[in-house]
Amino acid sequence: MKVALFIPCYIDQFYPKVGIATLQLLEKLGCEVHFPANQTCCGQPMANSGYEHITGDCTKLFQDNFNEYDYVVSPSGSCTLHVKEHIPLKGRIYELIEFITDILKIESLEGEFKHKVGLHQSCHGQRGLHLSQMSELNAPFFSKPEQFLKNLKGLELVTLDRKDECCGFGGTFCVAEEAVSVRMGQDRLSDHLKNGTEILTGGDTSCLMHMEGIIRREKHDIKVMHIAEILNQAMIVPGLES
Amino acid sequence: MLKSSSSLTAHNSQLGTHSERAEIFNKDFDRTTWHDETLYFVRQKRDKAAFQINDWELLRETASQIKNNVLSNMHDYLVQFEENAIKNNIKVHWAADAKEHNAIVYGIISEYYKGDIPADTFKGMVKSKSMLTEECHMNEFLAEKGIEVIDTDLGERIVQLAEEPPSHIVMPCIHWKKEEIGELFHKHLGTEKGNKDPQYLTEAARQHLRDKFLTRPIALTGVNFAVAETGEFVVCTNEGNADMGAHLADVHIASMGFEKIIPQKKHLGVFLRLLARSATGQPITTYSSHFKKPREGQQMHIVIVDNGRSTQLGREDFRNSLKCIRCAACFNTCPVYRRSGGHSYHNAVAGPIGSILAPNLDMRANADLPFASTLCGSCTNVCPVKIDIHLQLYKWRQVLVQEGYTPASKTLAMKGMSTVLSNPSIFKFSGKVGRMLMDKLPFLVNNSMNPWYKQREMPEPPEESFREWYKKNRK
Repeated sequence: MKVALFIPCYIDQFYPKVGIATLQLLEKLGCEVHFPANQTCCGQPMANSGYEHITGDCTKLFQDNFNEYDYVVSPSGSCTLHVKEHIPLKGRIYELIEFITDILKIESLEGEFKHKVGLHQSCHGQRGLHLSQMSELNAPFFSKPEQFLKNLKGLELVTLDRKDECCGFGGTFCVAEEAVSVRMGQDRLSDHLKNGTEILTGGDTSCLMHMEGIIRREKHDIKVMHIAEILNQAMIVPGLES
Repeated sequence: MLKSSSSLTAHNSQLGTHSERAEIFNKDFDRTTWHDETLYFVRQKRDKAAFQINDWELLRETASQIKNNVLSNMHDYLVQFEENAIKNNIKVHWAADAKEHNAIVYGIISEYYKGDIPADTFKGMVKSKSMLTEECHMNEFLAEKGIEVIDTDLGERIVQLAEEPPSHIVMPCIHWKKEEIGELFHKHLGTEKGNKDPQYLTEAARQHLRDKFLTRPIALTGVNFAVAETGEFVVCTNEGNADMGAHLADVHIASMGFEKIIPQKKHLGVFLRLLARSATGQPITTYSSHFKKPREGQQMHIVIVDNGRSTQLGREDFRNSLKCIRCAACFNTCPVYRRSGGHSYHNAVAGPIGSILAPNLDMRANADLPFASTLCGSCTNVCPVKIDIHLQLYKWRQVLVQEGYTPASKTLAMKGMSTVLSNPSIFKFSGKVGRMLMDKLPFLVNNSMNPWYKQREMPEPPEESFREWYKKNRK
């Protein structure tokens, strides 16, 4: 299957390893992955700040890069949600995990990852894209990211006191409301610390970047990995090397 | 007079934006922890109560549809309600705005005393919870006219004694600890110094308020639901203070925002099941009192208030905020509210719902509120009438920017960002330069001018971007 990879601007610049893991994981799953070279950003930082009306050029650039593909895949729930809601495409955009479950129809991945892992549900992935059931609703439980993590040999998934509270990143909120943003991040981290998380993961690098900033400042003993990095590292396919 | 100038100024956004006030709130780390945990506990009680009803989501959908119907037929239902209320011997008044509401209430009091309002303190009014009168700043207005309003809801009485506005629409003094209430009561009600026993303090408030109930001839209540079909209205309380006031007073005034209307009595079966469960996790409020007609010798008035509601009804993107039944579930679930407190919102109604109602009342004064959210969407999920709160926060941001209520510096920054992000070669170049500078001259970003860096490290700049790696490894 041919897919186009959308690597959000800040992942491209600051977390290339997340992009690489996403690319390699998709290749291991048999996809032919293209990276349209002139892509930049979906425009969400401006739109969420109230400037959707000046994102026209970003939207056009995005369409020019991705319109020839049936499937666009991105390792970010938040950016994916923004594109889904604001940028009309000829094909469709999927968040990485959503693409693996819904389009590739893969329910579990074989692999090994011997760590205590804490999953941070990003709000846009969860409440926006419905990657998992939400704690506010009276509805049966499901979680697409958990389903993959739980299946990995040796991986112990940490149970949190508050399983889907926002980390406080929130785009420009993280600087405009710095005090509350940091406090929310600290509270998420103390939940993970209290319940024994060794590796903090999630489907949104933006949330992880915010919490990693606090972890490094406060010198907590938690490592941060995007879920694509865990799955890519855990999943060993004979004969396929990066 | 109680609750005069200080609560007015506390409402004033000139004292600071949400973000500035929240920063002050967060200076006390332990208190913020306590506030967050107290309200999250209420959210959990809500979950427990809600999930005991198998058809909870259906109930929400039903309530939402009933309210949608109301919004689309507002005029007809209000006229029907008025006709039936008049038949029931209720006097119906219409107020276009806060000023008219206050003038009508004053007029009723003045008429009761036949224009000769006595100078003693017993002429005043007891009032059960009504966020609408907070919105209209009625207490302050009447205080200036020499009429004392006694708030009879325990939480409201506490904040009134403290000369503060409520910080929460259901639990007005949720930001107060019992030790502090003990101090406050010692000062105002003469309780023992240092006694913080809730039962003791509540009993003291009870005796204090009993006297007010018995001596004030006028009682004002809010309205939770007004039934068009019957011309009656329903007031929900846990303390019975609305009933105590209304039953003892010669004059009962009920103030309602016009969106409180529901078509038929049977619809209460939907809303009463949702309201208390969403608000506090109780199956139903202790008192759900139906007021239909005045008892003999009593006057009953209802003041139906617009105060910007028809403007909001006319805003396609925001009209369904008028479905709100004021349960405050969105407050309790909001991670920002829990860590910034109600007063940071400088509006009678705080929290996520307040942030989408307030700009309608005054865009300039409340331009900061729709930005006091991460758009996490939890508010929308708990809302018993399915208001798309977080989407409306997003939409208000667009309106506020386009109407010119954002600082020019932010607009400039956003335009610059847009130029970089919509031009691949500038993006690649500036990304590379930016990462190089962060690596070689880290003080450029790691300084006090950068709000990110205040309490967080910046990401470590990698040697190459993803696209650079891709070029080397895949093409």
